Amino acid sequence: MTVDDDEVRHVAQLARIDLDEEEVDRFTEQFGDILGYFEALDDVPAVEPDPDLANVMRADEVDEGLTQREALRNAPETEDGYFKGPTVS
Amino acid sequence: MSHNAFITEERIEGDADGALAGRTVAVKDNISTAGLRTTCGSTTLEEYVPPYDATVVERLKAAGATIVGKTNMDEFGMGTTTETSAFGPVENPAAEGRVPGGSSGGSAAAVAAGEADLALGSDTGGSVRCPAAFCGVVGIKPTYGLVSRYGLVAYANSLEQIGPLAPTVEEAAELLEVLAGSDPNDATTREPPADAETDYAAAADGDVSGLTIGVPTELLEGADDGVRAIFEDALAELEMKGATTTAVSLPSVEAAVQAYYVIAMSEASSNLARFDGVRYGRSGEGEDDGNWNESFAAARDVGFGEEVKRRVLLGTYALSAGYHDKYYKKAQDARAWVKQDFDEAFESVDVLASPTMPVPPFERGESLDDPLQMYLADANTVPINLANLPAISVPAGETDEGPVGLQLVGPAFGEATIIRAGSALS
Repeated sequence: MTVDDDEVRHVAQLARIDLDEEEVDRFTEQFGDILGYFEALDDVPAVEPDPDLANVMRADEVDEGLTQREALRNAPETEDGYFKGPTVS
Repeated sequence: MSHNAFITEERIEGDADGALAGRTVAVKDNISTAGLRTTCGSTTLEEYVPPYDATVVERLKAAGATIVGKTNMDEFGMGTTTETSAFGPVENPAAEGRVPGGSSGGSAAAVAAGEADLALGSDTGGSVRCPAAFCGVVGIKPTYGLVSRYGLVAYANSLEQIGPLAPTVEEAAELLEVLAGSDPNDATTREPPADAETDYAAAADGDVSGLTIGVPTELLEGADDGVRAIFEDALAELEMKGATTTAVSLPSVEAAVQAYYVIAMSEASSNLARFDGVRYGRSGEGEDDGNWNESFAAARDVGFGEEVKRRVLLGTYALSAGYHDKYYKKAQDARAWVKQDFDEAFESVDVLASPTMPVPPFERGESLDDPLQMYLADANTVPINLANLPAISVPAGETDEGPVGLQLVGPAFGEATIIRAGSALS
């Protein structure tokens, strides 16, 4: 399994993480090894899954939540009681 | 005598009385504590102060425990050595110069060094059991759904459980009793079946007469010789006390590490998307030229360490168009296969036993340059998370390189059985 640096840059862009050139080089090499190791999954037999699942429902009732002040407490920037994100051009 | 076990040392007093009155508990720093910063070992959450308590923290306080601080950990739980923390590595109090295991290395080190009576960790692929083994303490990964994850900062939700660490099996069981129980805030919690034994502390009676222990050959094959010798001695001790052992085969575990990492990385890539530096977390510095994506990418570059970036990127890759069926879907097939293998094994044995870790504690820095080598060390712990089962790691002895843990795995909601078996060793 080989991965080239363009693939690493592409996936970093999808994940919204800037990488420097050294990281791109290192990840390119490591991803080849790791994805190569994952190839063994090709040989996994099909198994009828036995899902032990049940829906969990609750009444749709209004409950106490965070106050606006609590919800905004950890935001790097706020304005007039709102989160402030980067400017949209 | 600090081992860098804590990121934040601050006391939170619990109620005046209760099952844990007078006991100190260290809490892993990915478990929310109202008003006390919760960093997940990450730069991005360096200043994050949760507005509410995790359910397990409420339970600790109601049981009278005193929380003594938030413990150091691999960033977002991603590591096997507690060296990926943005707050520096943790030292192993039981093996100088070696790692404490991870990712709950601070919790295990705090207990091993006597800096807390008990501790909470979280276990996504072995993160309670590995540091318990490497630090010579007891750790339990509960059945998926036994303990609420509300307030646990998510890494890979379908795999992880909060679990106790303690010096003895009985104390770990006492803490588990406080933690266990369904929670309306976590819809994945379940009540154990009506016939399940839930008096965990009382189960630590050391009585293994008539117990059948299966030993999966696949989980012994890769073990280091010294680890294997100690494991065999521990089994002999259990046999002497009345248990019988038998070899079993779990062919599916050969695909478990691959399946675990694909699933965990994929879930991580989704879970960690929330850290964009707007609602919480470190924001990107400087640039604000009107492009949201660039701003988020800058925030995540400065906020995340290398192992987190590696896993988020690989998870993004595994879920991306053209690769989803090849990686993610096959990993889910492998997960079903592993679960089926364990279910079949428990038709003929009561518990399964293996070394918790196939190797003794690594030397510090040894595994940092080779992530795949580090992932392979999780071979014996990750199958249990894939199968949603309970497991305990108990100290089995020591090689020259440090402590060795014995892992005992039970059927779903079989915590009492593994606690009983584990207590026979102490």
